[in-house]
Amino acid sequence: MENVLFYIFAALTLLFAFLCVANPFSRNPVTSAMFLVLTMISMAGLFVLLQAFFLAAVQILVYAGAVMVLFLFVIMLLDIKEEERRRFSRFSIALGGVSVIGLGFILFKTIRESKAGEGLKLVAVKGSDTAALGKALFTQYLLPFEIVSVLLLVAMVGVILLSKKDLK
Amino acid sequence: MNVGLEQYLMVSGLLFCFGLLGVVVRRNLIIMYMGLELMFNAANLALVAFSRFNDNLDGQLMVFFIITVAAAEVAVGLALIVALYRKRQSAHVEDLTTLKL
Repeated sequence: MENVLFYIFAALTLLFAFLCVANPFSRNPVTSAMFLVLTMISMAGLFVLLQAFFLAAVQILVYAGAVMVLFLFVIMLLDIKEEERRRFSRFSIALGGVSVIGLGFILFKTIRESKAGEGLKLVAVKGSDTAALGKALFTQYLLPFEIVSVLLLVAMVGVILLSKKDLK
Repeated sequence: MNVGLEQYLMVSGLLFCFGLLGVVVRRNLIIMYMGLELMFNAANLALVAFSRFNDNLDGQLMVFFIITVAAAEVAVGLALIVALYRKRQSAHVEDLTTLKL
């Protein structure tokens, strides 16, 4: 059952990701954004299969919720019709194809050759992971946690400054 | 076939390749940005898979921090794109050639 679910979610994730960046039917950025949402949601399914329930929830809240709203908001602010008029240059497509296929081949070979996961047994998770995650976050990783909150504040100030009418 | 670490890493690698494809081929800044997000997520998936198969929570904690930083990064990046668009009336990398010799 879990194997079937894995293949379903993996196929959906890859399909939606491909349609997000290289949709043959539509060049509209809004369509891409919608496929990105679907990718994030199927990835949350993969996280659930990996017993990372908290991260699955965060993935949906932060990526499918907040980040996508930001993306859509910006797309609405800009001119989206422009994208459909442009043509891709043949050179960039060829270069992109070569680099992507090359990288994919290297990754495939590396994962195959290194025999990742050999000797690693799936251990049954004892109880909820979320409690252990929270405990580690507020004891062992307290300093990074606080630093990240400061980072969010800095990002907020930066965004407000950047979106002021007259940049000086 | 039983699903192991290898299968998850394959999915993660393919996802990373698609993200790279988006960044290299597409010329719209926003869609290139979506490609970046895909690559982020590929790394996250690999980290969660490692964390699960090694029975160690540190990977999940790292993903938690990555998601937070990525959210801040998206906000700043999109603000930059909007500011750029206001100045140049374009979100296409082909039009942004000020640094070109």
